[in-house]
Amino acid sequence: MRKYYVSAAVAAAALCAGALGVAAESVSNFDNEYALPTREWHFQGPFGTYDRAAAQRGYQVYAEVCSACHSMSLLYYRNLMELGLTENQVKDLIKDIQVPDLSDDGQPIDRPAKLSDHFKKPFPNALAAAAANNGKAPPDLSVIVKARAGGPNYIYGLLTGYVPYDELKPEQIKAFDVSKDDNFNKYFPGHKIGMAPPLSDDKVQYADGTKATLDQEAHDVTEFLAWASEPHMEDRKRTGIRVILFLLALAGMMYAVKRAVWSDKH
Amino acid sequence: MATSHGTPPVFNNKVIAWIDHRLPVFSYLEKEYHTFPTPRNFNYFWNFGAIATVMLVLMIATGVVLATNYQPNVLMAFDAVERIDRDVPQGWLIRDLHMNGASFFFIAVYIHIFRGLYYGSYKAPRELLWILGVVIFLLMMATAFMGYVLPWGQMSFWGATVITNLFSAIPVIGQSIVDWLWGGFSVDNATLNRFFAFHYLLPFVIVAVVALHVVALHIHGSNNPLGIDPKGPQDTVPFHPYYTMKDGFGVVVFLIIYAGFAFFAPDYMGHPDNYIPANPLVTPEHIVPEWYFLPFYAILRAVPDKLGGVIAMFGAIGVLFILPWLDTSRVRSATFRPIYKWFVLLLVVDVIVLGFCGAHPPEGFWVPLAQIGTIYYFFHFLILLPILGKIERPLPLPPSIADAVLKKAG
Repeated sequence: MRKYYVSAAVAAAALCAGALGVAAESVSNFDNEYALPTREWHFQGPFGTYDRAAAQRGYQVYAEVCSACHSMSLLYYRNLMELGLTENQVKDLIKDIQVPDLSDDGQPIDRPAKLSDHFKKPFPNALAAAAANNGKAPPDLSVIVKARAGGPNYIYGLLTGYVPYDELKPEQIKAFDVSKDDNFNKYFPGHKIGMAPPLSDDKVQYADGTKATLDQEAHDVTEFLAWASEPHMEDRKRTGIRVILFLLALAGMMYAVKRAVWSDKH
Repeated sequence: MATSHGTPPVFNNKVIAWIDHRLPVFSYLEKEYHTFPTPRNFNYFWNFGAIATVMLVLMIATGVVLATNYQPNVLMAFDAVERIDRDVPQGWLIRDLHMNGASFFFIAVYIHIFRGLYYGSYKAPRELLWILGVVIFLLMMATAFMGYVLPWGQMSFWGATVITNLFSAIPVIGQSIVDWLWGGFSVDNATLNRFFAFHYLLPFVIVAVVALHVVALHIHGSNNPLGIDPKGPQDTVPFHPYYTMKDGFGVVVFLIIYAGFAFFAPDYMGHPDNYIPANPLVTPEHIVPEWYFLPFYAILRAVPDKLGGVIAMFGAIGVLFILPWLDTSRVRSATFRPIYKWFVLLLVVDVIVLGFCGAHPPEGFWVPLAQIGTIYYFFHFLILLPILGKIERPLPLPPSIADAVLKKAG
């Protein structure tokens, strides 16, 4: 009997490993001579949580820089309270934002944003967004961290991975057909990216005194975007730990009962 | 012997006795799930039928809840799924369980199928039982494919486009079939709307075929790791409590692994591109289906001709329907088949290799590798199995299950 169990376990493990290996392969198969940076993220691991302070700073980077071109249409301003801000703090953050609406008599107006509003879009529609950006609309950032292979490391890498034209090697310029007007990014597939380097040292001024280096800004906005992609992540992990502890205890009990039931048959 | 279950049970509870006299559900449960004589020597591979059943129920339960919050409209579908994740109370949980549940349903069923292959569970008198199982597998594939379209991400859209376009390979009427499937001239709102309808319908068809699968199973009872028939009561145990407990334990262990993924790596088995809203004007760099389709996708692409590829892909499942007649060996369990034992394991390796081939763009060495894998797949079923049964010398079978079990226990 024991032999069967061992062979069963081995075969099942092989099947699962094979399946998972295939799944893993399928998301990581684009060639790139630059390996993505692997950073420590506060939210990684089974107990990881979002760094609220970093995410709040990240919202500031989004609001002051990214939001000029990128929408985050799935988020509401009220969601910002999940980052540890009070209702009044969020109201204060959005007090200058005007959103389009209709007046009572049906005329288009702009009115101050409310907590229940979606994040304001920078362009009225996709055509306008494309027209203002050399024909390609900037992607919505609501789920961007989940929508890119590499997740937060890719976003962080992209924001910090620009190489100025005169620092490129001649063979790179040739291989990727880069001109002086192109933006070369180490991690963007094909390397030529429409977006000019969006962040730089002191692009924003943090209220909490954190020094706004390029690295810090990229890190903070990635933390914010990771939260935006999956606001319920902490709830998911907490629930998961409870579920697995429960199932482990249940499995132990089941096994004991199973042994007892079978004891007269072995 | 499995068909004669002894005298009908007597129920002390008057309500139960009253109902049972008119509608014998309790007698049925008693007969089929309590006293049902089951071989005493199952290993843990025999858990996967129960596990697959649990996953099916879980998929239907979570799916019904998701459907109450979903919008099958190209303008709203992507946001509706995100809205379930973000704004529906516990919606993220239901969706995580559903999308990872699909993967784990397939894992359970693939192990279940492997069990059938290794222990010869498809052989007489269980041919129809096996064929019903293949029907369930096909229905699962159709259901999973349409379900993957519903979030209306890039892989949803392009996967649907690639797979429905396969039918255009059929001569003369192909394109008409594709237009008919689409309900238009491209994958669009009509396609999404009908896929939603069928994605909701097919699981209940699966339930019906599972019921037939179980009925067929209970005629001759389960196969077992020795592949020999029980010869009397000393070879069997009542299904309850022996296998209800063993299955229950196995189900919980499986659920732990499933929960590990659903709660700690919910997007691991998915593709990041499916978090990009569908865009008919932008084709993803590599269109890949969900992992559980990859071996078949590799077979599709291994054949240089489109129609040939489609025939090979459907043939890869079609060959399973005639497997009971391709395998000429009368010995069921691979334990007593010294040559087959290695080839069936090689088939598993082959399918996993095909899976990797399916995950990679068809270039470089992946192309010949997929072709070799495809040839071996069909070689195994169409050539090896018929010949092997004739030339292989099986090991001597034990006289009875009890004999083998008690000898091993010492």
